[in-house]
Amino acid sequence: MANQDLLSDQGLRLDGRRAHELRRIRCKLGVFSQPDGSAYLEQGNTKVLAAVYGPHQAPGKKSNHSEVIVNCQYSMAVFSTGERKNRPRGDRKSQEMTIHLQQTLRAAIKTELYPRSQIDVFIEVLQADGGNYCASVNAATLALIDAGICLKEYVCACTASLANGNVPLMDVSHLEEVSGGATLSVASLPSSNKIAFMEMSQRFHLDHLPKVLDHALQGCQQIMSILDKAVREHLALVGSASDWGNIAK
Amino acid sequence: MSTNVKFRLASDRVNTQILTGDRIPRLYTPGEVVTAQQSFMRGHGTYVEDDDIKASVAGVMEQVNKLISIKPLKSRYVGEIGDVVVARITEVQQKRWKVDTNSRLDSVLLLSSVNLPGGELRRRSAEDEQMMRKYLQEGDLISAEVQNIYDDGSLSLYTRSLKYGKLSQGILVKVFPSLIKRRKTHFHNLPCGVSIILGNNGFIWISPTSTSESENDGGFTQNLSEVIPRADREVIARLRNCILALAQCKMMLYDTSILYAFEESIKYEVHELLNQEAIFDVAFLTQHRLRLQEI
Repeated sequence: MANQDLLSDQGLRLDGRRAHELRRIRCKLGVFSQPDGSAYLEQGNTKVLAAVYGPHQAPGKKSNHSEVIVNCQYSMAVFSTGERKNRPRGDRKSQEMTIHLQQTLRAAIKTELYPRSQIDVFIEVLQADGGNYCASVNAATLALIDAGICLKEYVCACTASLANGNVPLMDVSHLEEVSGGATLSVASLPSSNKIAFMEMSQRFHLDHLPKVLDHALQGCQQIMSILDKAVREHLALVGSASDWGNIAK
Repeated sequence: MSTNVKFRLASDRVNTQILTGDRIPRLYTPGEVVTAQQSFMRGHGTYVEDDDIKASVAGVMEQVNKLISIKPLKSRYVGEIGDVVVARITEVQQKRWKVDTNSRLDSVLLLSSVNLPGGELRRRSAEDEQMMRKYLQEGDLISAEVQNIYDDGSLSLYTRSLKYGKLSQGILVKVFPSLIKRRKTHFHNLPCGVSIILGNNGFIWISPTSTSESENDGGFTQNLSEVIPRADREVIARLRNCILALAQCKMMLYDTSILYAFEESIKYEVHELLNQEAIFDVAFLTQHRLRLQEI
């Protein structure tokens, strides 16, 4: 297996990172004017757009009197992967991803605050380079914050994997995903240290789980501080442009 | 017909952020502890976990005595009694209309809270119920005021005043509700011959100033046959572009800011106001004039 090459003797990965380093994250809030909230997020070469509509009135049949309905739609652009491929929205992979996202976001949203309502979250992957689920979750969090929806806290996701049989890797790229061992995707609520979602692409030995999981959770922590910084910068810009508007100083 | 379409690279985009760099209040983000003291009460945008009051939205703290709440900078419309709204009818039901006001739940307009033709004091009969679609049908735009807020947060509207009612000829502009400044009056007749309704819910109605005062018809007439002269329509289009320019730069919308933007935009053709450079220029000059006025 090519597993040996993932980490060089100098401890560098294929893209020049060290084992415990994230890819560069760049993000932007409020990229659209039509949805209630939107965000764009780049994690290395993985690029994701998220748009949030709502909370708005849920249609009669689906309406739930105790909590909000979270409706997600995950889709990948035709040009997002190496080979061009038309993916109809209903394909199995996206459907699965949609369900996973829904589960993750429900853990963060204070669902009991919005009875009889619905929140729509649309995710579009523009470029897929590994960790699509993680980038989607992180972008969705930003979009939800931009929409002013009540969250318990940030929900962040990160992947981790094993190289050379025993060294954990943080935030794996596509190349490492396909040539390396099992990938663990974790979505967590970092400040309360809760895990909202966890998935493994294949099996690995139980002994490795604690350290791989630990790496993924550390990644979530780091992602949260990056997102938090971006949110604060965005708030400061928007707030000062409107002179802090209707909000008391 | 030739059209002038501009494509630009992402790197050539105009940065429309107007940097002001004045003092920034303390900002809170979701999950952040606001206070650990138990003597405070939690308001909107906060929740209690392990005896701490934590923020659940990203925004600024507002404290009234012992009540702490966090206000997000942007959200769906949260109604308050007395707000002026511009809204669209979505459904006709028994004795009421369902109305879209851009809030979390659909609002209602009761048959008993509209002025029916033929005087204020008129009993509402079964015929009136059957005539409801004659007065307002799906897709109609109205201006109204928030009368009541129900327990679940949905709004009840009323139009029992001559200034409210069905809207006829004009343009609807949608912006984020947080950009509308709360003022005493939200109806303005601008000196450029245009009337404007700044709905608190982020819907803005621009229409030519009507010359003939409507009679006692309950505000349900639409004069769609009257031809608006081209000059007036151009002014309306310019005003729309100005409002969108201010909204894109996240500036507050109220009579003065809109008027200033209109005056600053005169040097541009109406269609030029869709260019990023023009948008930024108009917004910047408006901001500058507003600042000068403050001092």
